[in-house]
Amino acid sequence: MIETMDQIFVLLQHWLMGLLPAALQPVAGVVLGVVAIVCLFPALFALTTVFERKGLARIQNRIGPNRVGPLGILQPVADGIKSLIKEDIVPLCADGVVHFLAPLLLVVAVFMGFAVLPMGRNMVLVDMDAGLLFFFAMGASTELSVFMAGWSSRNKYSLLGAMRAVAQMISYEVPLLMSSLSVVMIAGSLSLTKIVEAQNHYTWGLPHWYIFTPWGLAGFLTYAIATTAETNRSPFDLPEGESELVAGYHTEYSGFKFALFFLGEYLAMFSISGLGTTLFLGGWSAPFSFLGWVPSWFWFFSKMMLSIFVFIWMRGTLPRLRQDQLMNFAWKFVLPLTLVNLMVTVLWRFLGDGWQRWVFCSAILIVAYAGIGLAGMRRGHFGPRRYLYAE
Amino acid sequence: MTPLTGYLIVAAMLFSIGLAGALTRRNAILVLIGIELMLNAANLNLIAFWRYGPHPEALTGMMFAIFSIAVAAAEAAVGLGLVIQIHRHAHTTDLDRMNRMKG
Amino acid sequence: MNWAFYLIAALTVAGGLAAVLLKNTVHCALALTVAFAGLALFFLQLDAQFAGFAQILVYIGAVAILIVFAILLTRGSETPKGSVFSRNWLAGLAIAAGVFAVLGWAVLHSASVLPHETAAPTVTVLQIGNALMGRYVLPLEIVALLLTAALIGAVIVALHEKEGSR
Repeated sequence: MIETMDQIFVLLQHWLMGLLPAALQPVAGVVLGVVAIVCLFPALFALTTVFERKGLARIQNRIGPNRVGPLGILQPVADGIKSLIKEDIVPLCADGVVHFLAPLLLVVAVFMGFAVLPMGRNMVLVDMDAGLLFFFAMGASTELSVFMAGWSSRNKYSLLGAMRAVAQMISYEVPLLMSSLSVVMIAGSLSLTKIVEAQNHYTWGLPHWYIFTPWGLAGFLTYAIATTAETNRSPFDLPEGESELVAGYHTEYSGFKFALFFLGEYLAMFSISGLGTTLFLGGWSAPFSFLGWVPSWFWFFSKMMLSIFVFIWMRGTLPRLRQDQLMNFAWKFVLPLTLVNLMVTVLWRFLGDGWQRWVFCSAILIVAYAGIGLAGMRRGHFGPRRYLYAE
Repeated sequence: MTPLTGYLIVAAMLFSIGLAGALTRRNAILVLIGIELMLNAANLNLIAFWRYGPHPEALTGMMFAIFSIAVAAAEAAVGLGLVIQIHRHAHTTDLDRMNRMKG
Repeated sequence: MNWAFYLIAALTVAGGLAAVLLKNTVHCALALTVAFAGLALFFLQLDAQFAGFAQILVYIGAVAILIVFAILLTRGSETPKGSVFSRNWLAGLAIAAGVFAVLGWAVLHSASVLPHETAAPTVTVLQIGNALMGRYVLPLEIVALLLTAALIGAVIVALHEKEGSR
């Protein structure tokens, strides 16, 4: 019974495949998986928009949408209808083809990233040997679509927002990759299913998740910072800050194309927090061994929604970072910390099991964080800014 | 026509298109785009020969292609830095107008 | 030869042609990205998954964006007034056509000597890692030095001088 609940989607897929002739079965299996992902994640997106607006509202001491359904739950339906029937305005001198293709490229690249996430036991769409590399390759393609959107609008503010967004995304891509590298080193594989299986063991009831190790905690912190910057979420949302740049690179988009950008941004948030739960929070494995009877997909999705909730919380609480502070932070603070983390991971691996490695690794990481943090905060240059690269 | 011949013909086409672009366009950045196309065509040749060659388990072709990708990225970075600095000096990227050594 | 090969070949060659023929420089850079994507699909078809994903990550994720930034920093995004081809474009075209003729002749006439179909190799990332740390460790270290030198060099070359030609 527990086994059935855990594998219920896999069993459903096999049953539906069995209804078709043998020649079509592999294709049908993949198509069913794709249909499941394409239906589930936009539905989660709809739920998250109302979750976010109510959550932000409560943090800001107001109520949020409460007209459309009970507690405003049907608000996404209203938003969807609005974006579908709104007039699609394209500026006269905008570059037609590029303007049209930019949201498409974004959504396609983001959906491809979901193909390698293991959402439960045996529930990964494509079990690739180099799954993590594929995920980051798809993430790199989204940056190009942001640039295309900003440039094709022929609008100063869009271009400025797009340049800022692309500079931010490429700066934070390096800490993102380096944080994941420590996990790959310890798990010994780039395949996401093997990374989850390496974390699926328990000692005295406590799980072997990588976040409960010193290098894992430091890695998760830098991963979380890099993720927030990659998806242009607050406090790193200067590229789309409403008070600065109208709407940044998607200023000139209206109607359904804007909805596609919105969808792409939230789906990117889902996929990258799904990757974070896979790498650091144990993927689909349960927190305690006595909770193993709960289906694995429930754990994956609850951990992912927990990360989304933390994103929403950060958006409501922290002020926005200025562009040069953001880039400074990436190159001078987060990147050295990820390098220190890599070295600490190597030390962890080669010190062998025991209490020594816990003490040494934690000591090195605390000294590094505190040292770099204090050094960064002490200098506080509040004088006039020096521009090295602008004309 | 074997598959390998097909890949080699496509690589030759890409190489000559890149060469034509590097030789005929005025903008310096398009010359760099042509060079990137030529490097990619060479990578395709390497991987095609690795796949259909006698010892694919030795990974020679794949390693060569990966190193070539890394070196091409480094060369693109330096080349584009040079183009940016030239533009700052001469206020143009038109190669037909940069035909003197006097700076 | 299956339809997938012809489709990807058409996409790649079309992207390459557009990259050298279009007038607007940013359109050329975006067509180049299409050519890169087509090449990544070729690598995936040739069972070189690591090379394919590395191609997407490095070329589309970094080199294409670099080219686009350079175009914008050199005011290349306006359509140029005169012709985009240089004065002696015919000579360049003739040379490129000659190169293609020689290469094509060489490939088609050596079809009997070239290796034929072999079984698809299964390459795991573990094998690539072992090769990089074992047999190819010297090229790896040299490429690391090269990339460091290129990083520092590109920053210094493009740096704005404070005194000098201002």
